[in-house]
Amino acid sequence: MEQLLQQVLAGLATGAIYAAMALAVVMIYQAIDHLNFAQGEMAMFSTFLAWQMMQWGVPYWGAFAAAVGLSFVGGVAIERVLFRPIHNAPILSQLVAFIALFSILNSSAGEIWDFTIKTFPSPFGTRPFLGSTLISNHQAGMIGVTLVMLGLLYLFFRGSRLGLAMRAAAANPDSARLVGIRVGWMIALGWGMSAAIGAVAGMLIAPVVFLEPNMMLGVLLYGFAGAVLGGLSSPGGAVLGGFAVGVIENLAGAFVPYIGREMKLTIALFVIVGVLMVRPAGIFGRVVVSRV
Amino acid sequence: MSAPEPDTIALARPAAAGILAAVPKTAAGWCRGRNLAIAASVAAALAAPLAVQNFVVFQLTLVMVYGLAILGLNLLTGFNGQFSLGHSAFYGIGAYTAAILMNQNVDYYWTLPCAGLVCFVVGFLFGLPALRLQGIYLALATFALATAMPQILKFQPLEPLTGGVQGIALLKPDPPAGLPLNADQWLYYFTLAVLLVMLAAAAGLVKSRTGRAIMAIRDHPIAAAAMGINTSLYKTLTFGVSALYTGVAGALGAIVIQFVGPDSFPFLLSVSFLVGLVVGGVGSIPGSLVGGVFVLFVPNLAERVSTGLSGAIYGVILLIVIFVMPSGAAGFARLAAARLAAAQRFLTTGFAGRE
Repeated sequence: MEQLLQQVLAGLATGAIYAAMALAVVMIYQAIDHLNFAQGEMAMFSTFLAWQMMQWGVPYWGAFAAAVGLSFVGGVAIERVLFRPIHNAPILSQLVAFIALFSILNSSAGEIWDFTIKTFPSPFGTRPFLGSTLISNHQAGMIGVTLVMLGLLYLFFRGSRLGLAMRAAAANPDSARLVGIRVGWMIALGWGMSAAIGAVAGMLIAPVVFLEPNMMLGVLLYGFAGAVLGGLSSPGGAVLGGFAVGVIENLAGAFVPYIGREMKLTIALFVIVGVLMVRPAGIFGRVVVSRV
Repeated sequence: MSAPEPDTIALARPAAAGILAAVPKTAAGWCRGRNLAIAASVAAALAAPLAVQNFVVFQLTLVMVYGLAILGLNLLTGFNGQFSLGHSAFYGIGAYTAAILMNQNVDYYWTLPCAGLVCFVVGFLFGLPALRLQGIYLALATFALATAMPQILKFQPLEPLTGGVQGIALLKPDPPAGLPLNADQWLYYFTLAVLLVMLAAAAGLVKSRTGRAIMAIRDHPIAAAAMGINTSLYKTLTFGVSALYTGVAGALGAIVIQFVGPDSFPFLLSVSFLVGLVVGGVGSIPGSLVGGVFVLFVPNLAERVSTGLSGAIYGVILLIVIFVMPSGAAGFARLAAARLAAAQRFLTTGFAGRE
């Protein structure tokens, strides 16, 4: 029982990383109706920008704010320059454009900052949290920041005019255009916000997984899995899904025989697929009903 | 857009007519043109290995192998509208089936039908749960399959069969006695023969009543069901056939490369297939081969331009391709043909609009 509790807590701690990423994934899905496969690499790039600024002597929070701001601008720019021209292309072509973006960001980061592992500071420190042996201050802080971001997003999307406009643009572009919403810019804004959230997630994750060009690969996959498990239409569900993936993965590693470190991902994924069999739109997702 | 002056048309006409003389004028002409193109491609493919070095022959063989694998994905995604990130797994299963059988002294050519059969069954079974999932959820399920495959292959209890992390090394099959070919050339012709048979079968399948049912499900599942098509059956069957194609490609790949290892079939291989599918043209059978060319040669090309930035260059090339040909090479060819036909109509009738 003691061991079970420990594994669950440790799972929650890693789950916080996935939850942060899942939140960014759902964000962009809400805004543009696509999954952004380059999201992890965008977050990695933002984190490198922050690291570079700190190397130049900018204090942590200054670099943090600048990286988030730059990511927002970068996200909008990527949408305007790369994805706006092909928004009418078939969905699979857009998917391949994401893969291209992934490859470009990953390779350039490797060329600029090379592939050696770098440490990234944590604003919360790495001491044990409230004397617990399982969760560090940083991990607790990460969970806290993820929940705060979730709350702010909720307020933005439910409470503000702009948030409503963005939701309308994603849900029904044609009708949104008819009532005067500039759908193109809403999508660009969604990209910017998702890049900014990704930057926050990247900077929170970097102290745990260390900074290097491939750091987000695994995280993004778990983040996707969490988002899909929770339901892509539900930011809260995505965060819960991210935590759930962390816990499932840890329990599978601890209690199922023959499971190595890598096999954990497989088990987690199959559990998720099993859940999707029963609830095809995710646990908290809305089933979209469309008129034929 | 204003119409050009009559005398410019008169001037341009003879020159343009020369270019367009080669373009067929009727549907039957197009068909003849296509048959000619197929015959010319086959002739070129038959002559190629006699003219180039062994390494190039090996590369061309791999192009055909990847083309076949992409064709498998195309049957599922392009014609049936089901999305898969798991085809590296089917490719791997096919490759391992071939390798394990060859280790038991089964002749290499018998391993292909076995690999196809095994993959058909696995694909069919995987297609059953996939029935409940669509779009991005199906992508996740197939992704799970792709990430699981290398680990299943490394799975300790299976080691006597799979060779664990070591993989299985194979011997290159000898050409049949009496043929003036070296081993690489023979494998090339062997692969070409398999490819042609499977291309013809795929073309036949797509044209048949079954093929129309498969495409109807892609275009409008509800309408297809209302017309009496058993959508569940056709979807799972397509999954099986798609896996069969990719599995045979995997078996061929194992024979050609003479090695299988658990890490030869990572998730990234699925991504490559997807890239090849889109670049070649979703829903186009010859496009799959164009995809095979892209998947094999473009990463090498990018590597040659710059080792450090090869990923970035690959990405840029990919973006350019998507910008220029949003519907892939096949869509581009179709568009070019339509433009040519319109130009021709304009020259003969002075009217460029649709008839």
